[in-house]
Amino acid sequence: MLTSRQNVKQLVILSGKGGTGKTSISASLMHLSDSSKHQAVCVDADVDAANLALISQAKQISTQSYWGSHIAEIDPQRCSLCGVCFEVCRYDAIIEPIAQDDKYQVNPLLCDGCAACVYQCPESAIQMVKQEDGEWFHSKTPYGNLFHAELFPAAENTGKLVTTVKQNAKLFAEDHQIPLMIIDGPPGIGCPAISASAGADLALLVAEPGVSGYHDLERIIRTLAHFNVPAMICINKADLDLKTTQAIHQLANSHDYQIVAEIPFDDAFPKAMVEGLPITEFAPENIASRKIKLIWNHIQNFLFGAENETSRD
Amino acid sequence: MQEMKIAVASGKGGTGKTMVATSLATALAPNYEVNFIDCDVEAPNGHLFLKPQISQTQPAVTLIPEIDQESCIACGKCVEACMFNALALLQDKILVFPQLCHGCGSCSLVCPVDAITEKPNPIGIISQGLVNSRMHFFMGELTISEPMPTPIIRQTKKLAADISGITILDSPPGASCSVVATVHDADFVILVTEPTPFGLHDLKQMIGVLSETGTPAGVIINRDGIGDNRVETYLKNQPYPILMKIPYQNQIASGLAAGGILVNFMPIYQQKFIDLYHQIKSILESKIEETC
Repeated sequence: MLTSRQNVKQLVILSGKGGTGKTSISASLMHLSDSSKHQAVCVDADVDAANLALISQAKQISTQSYWGSHIAEIDPQRCSLCGVCFEVCRYDAIIEPIAQDDKYQVNPLLCDGCAACVYQCPESAIQMVKQEDGEWFHSKTPYGNLFHAELFPAAENTGKLVTTVKQNAKLFAEDHQIPLMIIDGPPGIGCPAISASAGADLALLVAEPGVSGYHDLERIIRTLAHFNVPAMICINKADLDLKTTQAIHQLANSHDYQIVAEIPFDDAFPKAMVEGLPITEFAPENIASRKIKLIWNHIQNFLFGAENETSRD
Repeated sequence: MQEMKIAVASGKGGTGKTMVATSLATALAPNYEVNFIDCDVEAPNGHLFLKPQISQTQPAVTLIPEIDQESCIACGKCVEACMFNALALLQDKILVFPQLCHGCGSCSLVCPVDAITEKPNPIGIISQGLVNSRMHFFMGELTISEPMPTPIIRQTKKLAADISGITILDSPPGASCSVVATVHDADFVILVTEPTPFGLHDLKQMIGVLSETGTPAGVIINRDGIGDNRVETYLKNQPYPILMKIPYQNQIASGLAAGGILVNFMPIYQQKFIDLYHQIKSILESKIEETC
């Protein structure tokens, strides 16, 4: 039983490199958590390539607009063609006039929203206009609640949208006394990955053998170490390249991270994806599914171990 | 002047962008002047395959404000002008939060007493060198714990801007600002996808980006055979041709894992990637004819 509102644990799934299997494993953990004693609210924090809803039979129950960034707009009536905006813009976002009647214009794709031009324009011809950058959703799935988002193509402020979705999931978990958030993270190590792991109690790193997988795993490990997020590692497609799988073991050792499972390559992953199901539901007896169950046990022990023991007393 | 800029992007991560970018660059290198720019600055992998000789590195920076406390009158104009909350006024003192700063320079422009100077704040490294003493190689790399990739992408591309030849840009995954910074001025974008629901969903996101930039593009379906045919069905009604299909084969997966370049460990792909370049060239030529 939860006694305080602060007790929602956060698990984030990360990888550095894209396409290692984060979302397939997140969906499976979501599925396994539903039939365990630690239910979870799930978050898809990969907001510019959000796929968790595609394999969790998600049904949207609410949609909210997300307004994040600002973009400069020049009023052609007021523009006196002085060119100050063009000079101060560091993002090459001001388009110079070409034709006779042209005025300065803003390329919205390149505008960073800094408003330097707004403050410098002597004619007060420029204003910042708030942008709808995406939408976020609350969905029901057979495995629990899912909070996810779609950043509009080419939009900015990915990190802020991740934070928005996470905050709403956390409030829901607190209100419904759900002990865990499972956060399917984005690839990379920059702002969205940092936002996804902020406040995490544990990161599950989905590693993949190969020179790229190893290189990017090392970068996400150093990132998590910097932010003091504890981590455990699973190696997906572990039989793909034994040499780099071995190297991943050494890397994990040197950081005192446990490798909790090696998942062999299994074409049931794409097949489950085509059916829109987590692999643990699609092919529960496969080695891959059994390994993910093992991972789920490790996660529960890490996050709730002490609590489990007290409840047995 | 770069003759042609081809960006390789995908939406979904791990679909094979770097495999395609390194293969295209390697296939063209013997007969053309080729420049490779790794714009996936959060997880740059091109160098692991191309193995360039790095001859020069330099920091990638944002310019962050430094407040001269002597002349600062704590008026708060800089705080008001900053759109990113990188400045705060606390007890008559201006505080700077470097990781929130976008380096736009607006604060120093609005300061009425010229109390702000800008100093370079390193957020990454740009490396350059040669592959096989011939191909120009550029790579941006975000420093661990730094949040902002786009300034590094912009600076890496600027460094390569004056070199002639065919430029191949390896894009980050996703469909947001860092991808836009990579592809917005490309002549052509190769979209690498896989035939799965995830591949399709994220391909649509990338097509959304391209409809904003108006860049011509075509699709490579990688790991053909692993999923379903929804990607191909979808593309039937899109102005983006399928340029190539690469089947799923263990030999390819393990060759790449070991750091190989597809056109080297499976030479049958050498000609396919040269043909790919000619196909792109003729698509672009026909577009020019259309506009004339």
